[in-house]
Amino acid sequence: MARMKFLCDAERCIECNACVTACKSEHEVPWGVNRRRVVTINDGIEKAEKSISVACMHCSDAPCMAVCPVDCFYKTEQGVVLHDKDLCIGCGYCFYACPFGAPQFPQVGAFAMRGKMDKCTFCAGGPEKDNSNEERVKYGRNRLAEGKLPACAEMCSTKALLGGDADVLSDIYRDRVTRRGKGGEMWGWSTAYGPGGGAAGSPPPAAPPAPAPAPAPAPATKS
Amino acid sequence: MSARIVIVLAASAILFGLTACGERPQVLTYKQGTYQGKPDMQAWQNPPFNGDRAAWELALKDRAQTQNEYKRVN
Repeated sequence: MARMKFLCDAERCIECNACVTACKSEHEVPWGVNRRRVVTINDGIEKAEKSISVACMHCSDAPCMAVCPVDCFYKTEQGVVLHDKDLCIGCGYCFYACPFGAPQFPQVGAFAMRGKMDKCTFCAGGPEKDNSNEERVKYGRNRLAEGKLPACAEMCSTKALLGGDADVLSDIYRDRVTRRGKGGEMWGWSTAYGPGGGAAGSPPPAAPPAPAPAPAPAPATKS
Repeated sequence: MSARIVIVLAASAILFGLTACGERPQVLTYKQGTYQGKPDMQAWQNPPFNGDRAAWELALKDRAQTQNEYKRVN
């Protein structure tokens, strides 16, 4: 059975934010809530700057599920972590537990009151009738029930962001890394899916050596 | 007679005032650590797949391969 995962190829991500836009547009996510965002690390450092598209990784052992006081999280047969907004009390525990900062809270009402948690659903909707208006309003569009993959991954212009069955993604990524001979890091996979990425029988490609550190600036001389 | 009416009214007022004090369980059978929300449907149970799980899996697998530009016809 398919085990759904995201994989972001930092070698390819060009920080175009098409994934962010696709997600916002597909699910009509309200202003201030970002189910997906692009993070740039080592910004400005030559050959070390990388951009990564980050959202809920639908972890194998999801910490949000463990800390939720009202047990509103569940995991589908495909490994997609979803939650019931009718139960959510907006306490924010999941936000503190998540290593990816995925849970988002709309600011609704007076006094900056937190609304119910919102996060990436892997375009799989939620616990409402599939493709119903209730599901769309609460959780967004259910593309998985239409036989489609998440909009962010399908919209990615450089195919840096891959989404779908872990085995298929591993095959695609392995082929890619073998051809280009570098960039085998699978960002966030060990955090989300455990050591080795959690893909049974398909170890991740070997990581290439880290980029050489930038040469130290010459000491200033007084003249 | 009037005293009886006053007692009845007072009792009614007390009962009415205390109606919000009770705490009813919102989840009937709460089990710590297990999902408490509504059941979800499987992705292949509705149109266009109408319960055909194999067709759904095949559709997703085909779709995933469009992410592999090495296998696409250019």
